[in-house]
Amino acid sequence: MSDNVVNSVSKTLDKLYKEPLKQLETLIGATGLPVYKDPKSGALLWVDVRELRLRFTLSVNKIAKFVDGLREGKLLYTVCKRCGAKFFPPQADCPRCKASDMEWRETSPVGELITWTVINVKPASFSHHADYVVGIVKMPDGFNITAWVEADPKTLKPGMKMRLLVDRRPGENYITYWFKPA
Amino acid sequence: MRKVAVVGVGTSKFGNRTDVSLPELAWESVKEALDDARLGTEDIEAFVVGNVGGWSSEMLPAVVVGEYCGLVPKSGVRVEAACATGSAAVRTAYHMVASGESDIVMVIGVEKMNESPTPTVVEFIGRAGNYFWEFENFGLTFPGYYALYATAYMHRYGATEEDLCKVAVKNHYYGSLNPKAQFQKAITVEECLNSRYVAWPLKLYDSSPITDGSSAVILASEEAAKKITDTPVWIKAIGYANGTANLSKRLDFIGLEAAQIAAQMAYKKAGIDPLEPVKYLDVAEVHDCFTIAEIMAYEDLGFAKRGEGYKLVREGQTYIGGLIPVNVDGGLKAKGHPIGATGVSMIAELTRQLRQQVEKSRQAPIRKGMALAHNIGGTGHYAFVTILSLS
Ligand SMILES: [Zn+2]
Repeated sequence: MSDNVVNSVSKTLDKLYKEPLKQLETLIGATGLPVYKDPKSGALLWVDVRELRLRFTLSVNKIAKFVDGLREGKLLYTVCKRCGAKFFPPQADCPRCKASDMEWRETSPVGELITWTVINVKPASFSHHADYVVGIVKMPDGFNITAWVEADPKTLKPGMKMRLLVDRRPGENYITYWFKPA
Repeated sequence: MRKVAVVGVGTSKFGNRTDVSLPELAWESVKEALDDARLGTEDIEAFVVGNVGGWSSEMLPAVVVGEYCGLVPKSGVRVEAACATGSAAVRTAYHMVASGESDIVMVIGVEKMNESPTPTVVEFIGRAGNYFWEFENFGLTFPGYYALYATAYMHRYGATEEDLCKVAVKNHYYGSLNPKAQFQKAITVEECLNSRYVAWPLKLYDSSPITDGSSAVILASEEAAKKITDTPVWIKAIGYANGTANLSKRLDFIGLEAAQIAAQMAYKKAGIDPLEPVKYLDVAEVHDCFTIAEIMAYEDLGFAKRGEGYKLVREGQTYIGGLIPVNVDGGLKAKGHPIGATGVSMIAELTRQLRQQVEKSRQAPIRKGMALAHNIGGTGHYAFVTILSLS
């Protein structure tokens, strides 16, 4: 159960925010106010007592076939049946000809690395991972894909062939896609 | 369309401003701008607030700032265009005056990023792209987006991490001469090279900081401007464009297309030859959120040929005395980058440069009377190029 995105993120957030919350409780108990002096600047600060938690719910209803594809280990894109425009990320609507009739196709298995970075300072919600490589890969289908690259970054070069994988991400256990040198 | 002038400017001290609330921070620059124009709040007909927020407590910053600064019941709205919010606010106010609707409008850029802990801010700015396809599944960060450009640029043209650090060294040098800058300490190339990676190949010293700050400018019609000041600084042109949300949809990663389009638009409106813009300009402010961004800006603006921007900084051509002085207030890198205030502070700085009112050690020689501000939102998601002129 430890290698799941939900409890990994929760653990990090607990680590980040539990201690300050305890301090806030103590502060209010002792002084009657959520107020303290910033040790660096000496400025008087009021700590917000109304915490706001954000977790969004996004509609993937119109790209349900994309979700089905992930389940089957496939990465799908859309092609406008009227004008032939190709979309990755897949779009349900074609702004070029205003049609909403899409064909779903599977992406090619191999592309070419255009550029990449290593995320060293990670967002809190990703801090349970070791430094990860994010790359942009040019696909022969006529679009690029942004995803993680599973490789030693020192071995990467522009133009390198990259194979697409769709599977449960280790350590997070939900299905997504990434690249590996082909 | 009527001519529009900048008639008053103000900028707060940038930094970690635990000593003031968001509206108090706004007031610092509002008061300075009003004093500069010798106007009172009653003279302001409308106002535009540039603020991105999310990391700060106020949901309705225009309303809170309007009340605190005594501008109610004058109409004020908030404008947002990521890190180019300030320029978008200036553009909005410009149109309010140019259209003939208002004679005197104030722009107030204000940002209080330190109301949230750093991890929250990192989380928020990492979402400055396309949420699901870049952040939710791949955890890109703001330095990460620019690092994708840095990797491609360095491979293509042979620029080095040392070249990038030279941008940081220049901007820290000028920051050390600007009393309002967040960082007032010069740094060396070695210190920069030895700083830790935040998103390889970008390091901590390649990156602008998390900043609280505000800046305000007062715009006026020609008739009003001539009553207010002897040295109006005219907004000659504003160019603008957007880029795709997903970086994967960009053609290449060696420059920002939106910035190139915005520059061409501004040059055309201002009568500047796009092949030789430096011949027309005394000084420029460019968007150096990361060092690679300043190098790409040189090329996107036509200060250098494509692939040769890093040579300008290698040769020191963007210091005072070089081809064109750039970011002589410290830039985003050392002056600081309070997201919604940055674009406004560029206009405030250039106005004071053109009036020859900045600290002597960092005053660019003013011979042609024109200056340029290049302000980017996100990673080339928004671009604004604004040309200011003494005539
Ligand atoms: Zn179509």
